[in-house]
Amino acid sequence: MSHTQGSAPDDRAHADIAPGDEYAHEEFGTGLRSYVIGLALALLLTAASFWVAQTRIMWAPAIPVALLTFAIAQMGVHLVFFLHLTSGPDNTNNIMALAFGVLIVFLLFGGSVWIMHHMNTNMMAPIEGGVQMPLQKGVPLQPQPAMPHGGGGHH
Amino acid sequence: MSDSAAISGGLPGGAGVVPIRRDPHHVGHHAAGEGETRAPGRGIGGPAPKRIVVAYGFWIFLLSDIVMFSAFFAAFAVLRGGTAGGPTGAELFDITNVAIETVLLLVSSFACGVATLALNARRPLVFQAAMAVTFLFGAGFLALELREFADLIARDAGPSRSAFLSAFFTVVGCHGLHVTAGLLWLLTMMAQVFAKGFRPDILRRVMCFSLFWHALDIVWVAVFTVVYLMGSAA
Repeated sequence: MSHTQGSAPDDRAHADIAPGDEYAHEEFGTGLRSYVIGLALALLLTAASFWVAQTRIMWAPAIPVALLTFAIAQMGVHLVFFLHLTSGPDNTNNIMALAFGVLIVFLLFGGSVWIMHHMNTNMMAPIEGGVQMPLQKGVPLQPQPAMPHGGGGHH
Repeated sequence: MSDSAAISGGLPGGAGVVPIRRDPHHVGHHAAGEGETRAPGRGIGGPAPKRIVVAYGFWIFLLSDIVMFSAFFAAFAVLRGGTAGGPTGAELFDITNVAIETVLLLVSSFACGVATLALNARRPLVFQAAMAVTFLFGAGFLALELREFADLIARDAGPSRSAFLSAFFTVVGCHGLHVTAGLLWLLTMMAQVFAKGFRPDILRRVMCFSLFWHALDIVWVAVFTVVYLMGSAA
């Protein structure tokens, strides 16, 4: 709700809009419509998320992907219908700040998961009875019961 | 009209108000200087209104808050398997309870939106009613979460049991703390609107509160997806 003092009417389009702000000309009823649509979509996506997590008919590796998709979609619904973010020129600053935040979130979360996953798979200590890693090249960790070729290392 | 003439004409603070050009080469504008907007926050329009500055600053804070949450989410995702022989997420989490919590917080967020609409329409009664609904659903969410925490601790699955549970209590508890702070802020806003009316500074505070409350709901979407649904699937 910016108060433009008698300036040209098209200036409204060039001014900024506060994050979360509705347009000033929106009345109670039209503003409510956005929230009702957002609530319905969010409930739908929530139900889809919980259904996907519980169901047995879906291919198991696809479930995390579906969950992440629904979550990102629901965050988008919240941003558009509850926080009234648009792609308009009056929202550019808000969108740019959000884009930077999303970048950092993805670097932090994705990077941590990626690095730690590789640490776990590549730097696992040799466990008794588990994965057998030769401490020295060509020397088996444990004596093999029956080696048909009599070779040293096992790979 | 040259730029130096414009400046010397504008400096003595005389009667003739000549706008000082901050953009001497008219980058992005017509050569004659036409088409320059007088909108606030743009060029000769002067600084943006306080309402936009305040809300934008709070928006930056919320984004940094979400970055902090993402670090906790990363910790949880990494430590999810570190149960130290203790109970796993699949054994501990009550998904029905989480679904109820989700709906409570969503309806609370919706009611908060209705409250801001009532605020913009200057309807004090609708505003107070919508804020009361927001509070009740938010408090219901918090009660369910506290019951879940107490139940987990009673089953010897407290934050000190394993790395997985430490990460769980950190990320969910941090969100719960935000909700608690939000509820206190909500009551303050109800009292201030009741006592001081729709003053511009009060309007800005309520607007920041509604941003905060909607952002908490967005964080909760990540919580129930990453922590509860993906955490119990493993």
